[in-house]
Amino acid sequence: MAKRIEAVNVSAYYGSFRAIDNITMAIEPKSVTALIGPSGCGKSTFLRSINRMHEVLPGAKVGGQLLIDGQNIYDRDIDVTAVRRMIGMVFQRPNPFPTMSIYENVVAGLRLNGVRKKSLLDAACEKALRGANLWNEVKDRLNRPGAGLSGGQQQRLCIARTIAVEPQVVLMDEPCSALDPISTLAIEDLIAELKNEYTIVIVTHNMQQAARVSDRTGFFSIDKTGEPGRLIEYDDTAKIFTNPSVKRTEDYITGRFG
Amino acid sequence: MSHTSLTTTPVDAQGAGGGGALPRGRRFGAETVFRGAATAAGSMVLVIIVAIAIFLIVKAIPSLRADHESFFTYQQWFADSSPAKFGIAAIAFGTVLTSALALLMAVPVALGIALCLTHYAHRRVASVLGFFVDLLAAVPSVVFGLWGRDYFYRPVSDFAKWLHDNFGWIPLFGSNGPYGRSILLGSIVLAIMVLPIVTSLSREVFLQTPTQNEEAALALGATKWEMIRTAVLPYGRPGIIAAVMLGLGRALGETIALALTLGAVYNVSFDLLGPGGNTIAANIALKFGEANPTGRSALIASGLVLFAITLVVNMTARAIVYRRREFTGGAA
Repeated sequence: MAKRIEAVNVSAYYGSFRAIDNITMAIEPKSVTALIGPSGCGKSTFLRSINRMHEVLPGAKVGGQLLIDGQNIYDRDIDVTAVRRMIGMVFQRPNPFPTMSIYENVVAGLRLNGVRKKSLLDAACEKALRGANLWNEVKDRLNRPGAGLSGGQQQRLCIARTIAVEPQVVLMDEPCSALDPISTLAIEDLIAELKNEYTIVIVTHNMQQAARVSDRTGFFSIDKTGEPGRLIEYDDTAKIFTNPSVKRTEDYITGRFG
Repeated sequence: MSHTSLTTTPVDAQGAGGGGALPRGRRFGAETVFRGAATAAGSMVLVIIVAIAIFLIVKAIPSLRADHESFFTYQQWFADSSPAKFGIAAIAFGTVLTSALALLMAVPVALGIALCLTHYAHRRVASVLGFFVDLLAAVPSVVFGLWGRDYFYRPVSDFAKWLHDNFGWIPLFGSNGPYGRSILLGSIVLAIMVLPIVTSLSREVFLQTPTQNEEAALALGATKWEMIRTAVLPYGRPGIIAAVMLGLGRALGETIALALTLGAVYNVSFDLLGPGGNTIAANIALKFGEANPTGRSALIASGLVLFAITLVVNMTARAIVYRRREFTGGAA
């Protein structure tokens, strides 16, 4: 259950502003790919164009092709909700539905898919919470509000909600930036486990995190403010962090970025 | 590889106060004044409510003593005759029935308009449409009343006839005419008057939905309507209830528009189409001018009942919101 993603000349726009320009990269199934780069370089925009969440914003558009196992998700006759069910997303700030219990949060996606049977929902809920390493902490209070958990637990709840619908790909947009180091470690351990089943793309500002969790790393950058972001270098994580082939990558990861 | 190593930089422990001893506590004159003013303003609400309640009770007692019928079950209103015979049953029933019907018609439409304004319409269209909704709220109720009485009764009468012809087997639509000033007409006019309030308030509520919750639903593969059902409506629930309550408050207290469009008939009847209908507020407006002292006191007694109905309705709404407070996400 994991798919290969291939971006071919993907550009994304906010109105007339081009945020990313001609990104071409292939993401292998059952691997973790990290996207790093300075603020405003378009890595989150690129991530959001992988599950067609970019176009949710008013005036936002995407050009180019994004192939999931060879099929372009931007084809005219593609059902965008099917794309998003196949490609789940975890956001920067934990965003459980505040009006729902822990249980209802986890099964929200299944309910959207029309699953009504209690036994199926119960089983999926437990499986997803176990998958997100949260089951033991919440199994006795599934009917309590999801928003009552700690930040790290909320983020794992969001991961459980995402994997409950059994997507092929999980996108993570700086999933640990609002979390303390212990919670961050828990999420990173979880990413290492999820890799066995899902294709994972993670945007992070934390270079140690990229080095710890990812197999491949893409470095995005911009020439100056107002210019579109570009993919500068994309290679195995070990190579990017020890022996990058582009000078700008090296400057960035060694902190000499200017 | 280790996690982020944190080094602490020494913070300037002196702060802005310099190196000396801590300053002595000061009296903040403005703080005290403002706190006093705010407390006074807050207490004023209580004082006003209590004053109104006392006024109503004191003024109502003489007529209740003089009433030769049971105030709560008698339907007619002969408060000015002697012996005085009057009861709240018909007009209280009419008040609740017209308001309930008005809300039943107005709330779904209002929520639809509000969702359209916030989530479907193009921004420019939404602002124009929103302006017209606010304009509707600015129309004086007497104008609605005259319009309903002299013009709008015609299409409503046709509609009433159609309802009777097709659904006459339902007791509500049993009347075969004449169609004119009826509960149907009154409650439709009332619905139109309540519509802008409920719309504007729920529009504000829907705009408060955190974007991150809407995106969470969309990212799970929700369609727009599913997203609204998953994220927007549940989050807005306390606000929607508040909006409906304010609409209901207006409906229960609406006076002149209903005095002009209802039939001013004193009976407890579910016949929506035939001539009929009356409410506490409309009855006060119609009777107050030529009422004798006992009659006035009786009208004040009916006002006390209206006050109580409004109070019960609001407390029920609060209880509903309060029961779900842990799941409101801070919106309550």
